[in-house]
Amino acid sequence: MINTRSVEARLIKNIVFKSLVFSMSFIVLIPLFFILFYIVKNGISAFSLDFFLNLPKPVGEIGGGISNAIVGTLLLIVISSSIAIPFGIFIGLYLAENKVGLLPELTRLCVDTLQGVPSIVMGIIAYAWIVIPMGSFSVLSGGIALSLMMLPIVVKSTEETMSLIPESLKEAAFALGAPYYTTMIKVVIPSSKKGILSGVLLGIARVSGETAPLLFTAFGSPFMNTDILKPANSLPLLIFNYATSPYDDWQSLAWGASLVLVLFILSLSILAKVVIKK
Amino acid sequence: MGAQNFIRLTEAKDLIFKKVLGLCGLIVIGLVLGIFLTLLSKAALSMEHTGLAFLYQTVWDPVREHFGALPFFVGTMITSILALSISIPFSFALAIFLGEYVKDGPWSSVFNTALDLLAGIPSIIYGFWGLFVLVPIVRSFESAMGVLPHGVGIFSSAIVLAVMIIPYSASISREVISLVPEDIKEAALSLGATPFECITKVIFPYAKSGIFAGVLMSFGRAISETMAVTMLIGNSNKIPTSIFSPANTLASIIANEFAEASEELYLSSLVELALVLFFVTAAFSLIGRIIIKKWVLDK
Repeated sequence: MINTRSVEARLIKNIVFKSLVFSMSFIVLIPLFFILFYIVKNGISAFSLDFFLNLPKPVGEIGGGISNAIVGTLLLIVISSSIAIPFGIFIGLYLAENKVGLLPELTRLCVDTLQGVPSIVMGIIAYAWIVIPMGSFSVLSGGIALSLMMLPIVVKSTEETMSLIPESLKEAAFALGAPYYTTMIKVVIPSSKKGILSGVLLGIARVSGETAPLLFTAFGSPFMNTDILKPANSLPLLIFNYATSPYDDWQSLAWGASLVLVLFILSLSILAKVVIKK
Repeated sequence: MGAQNFIRLTEAKDLIFKKVLGLCGLIVIGLVLGIFLTLLSKAALSMEHTGLAFLYQTVWDPVREHFGALPFFVGTMITSILALSISIPFSFALAIFLGEYVKDGPWSSVFNTALDLLAGIPSIIYGFWGLFVLVPIVRSFESAMGVLPHGVGIFSSAIVLAVMIIPYSASISREVISLVPEDIKEAALSLGATPFECITKVIFPYAKSGIFAGVLMSFGRAISETMAVTMLIGNSNKIPTSIFSPANTLASIIANEFAEASEELYLSSLVELALVLFFVTAAFSLIGRIIIKKWVLDK
């Protein structure tokens, strides 16, 4: 005889568990909703033409903007991308082409380690490598710190995409008499460009929100600066400095900058998805 | 003759190309080694001055050149463990939800998008939001509880940190769960097990070392998180006495004090903290990866 009691108890346990799993999963959506709600609510009210075109103004003066932070962030992205993208693609290609062996394994281990290095430590490294020898905080040192954070992301996505390229494609190129480097540059890299591009976009999205590596490298500045050997502001730095200030109009600038940053990162990650699906 | 030269040239180019690729690999190894050696050499002064006492002294007083890092170890541990214990039930629930109950369909994409969004929001914005929205709530909760209402402190940081690591740990656990073979799940179900029993008696035992590795990696994530914690933890260099007290973590003390540290010994002591942080996070992520790799190979 089947004991109906025990079956019922098991079924009840199952239902309780399922509802627990469902409700806890939905609870996770609450903070996301709250964060986005506050950023949009407070950020929108800061938006105006002045907000995008002006420099930050001293406390009490109306019409301050974040133009220098936008320019600084773009500069940092350009510097970090121009270092991380070429190196990242080549390292990814190397790892995809050499799956076994001591050196590739060691390289893979180091890429993983690099990815795990805390962002604040990257700041110290860029400080020691660039800021101390050059004698001043600079956009360049910030860009280098960010490129170290971007590199593993580009490497991983490149390696992953290139591993998916069928052997037959490469063999076809070899059979036509193409040398190794031509095959790599004209066949392997072009056929994985979508994956690489999506990795690059994700890498940019990741570094453009980083603050900790910039604290003692790009440092921040209330002025407009396009000289990469001088300190400059960036969106995350501006948010950090103004969010912790006691003044309402600075905090409002910080909310606006947060909304700009979130929208920028969001569109990059959407773009990365669209690119790979196409 | 011409053809032979051409072939030789091509072979030489091939060789150079392969060497350049190998060199790129070496650059990464060199970078990691360089990071380690830089930290080591910059921390040498502090190691010489404070020695092992650095690790257990309880007073951090840059003015008198007393550098004891124990308060930050304690602060880091309590914050991260608290954040992890808040986030683990939720990340497991999400991993099971997305891996077993709602594998595809609109709800699955809603949750996946939400997790991507949570993972994409920068740390600084979590900190900003925490400071203006969460801290007042925690403050009134603290006065209701009868503790000193700081608002900022370990408790606030741990909550925000938990939200930040949920997407990361959920995605690892989910990946691990997806590696459990369908046939043993189906075997359990066809023997009459309820989905609950299938999850607790088949999936969890099978995946437990992978899940453990995921927890380790999330812990490493929590330790290295800087900006949100810096803004919320209250910047106190004393050993925390409760989960509501303000404190500092390894990452937050560096973020707070590095830019203003002018004496060489002070700077060097902060770099030694960074060295410890580097070691601990690298160890956690490496051990996690090794366990997962071994687990995948074993099964």
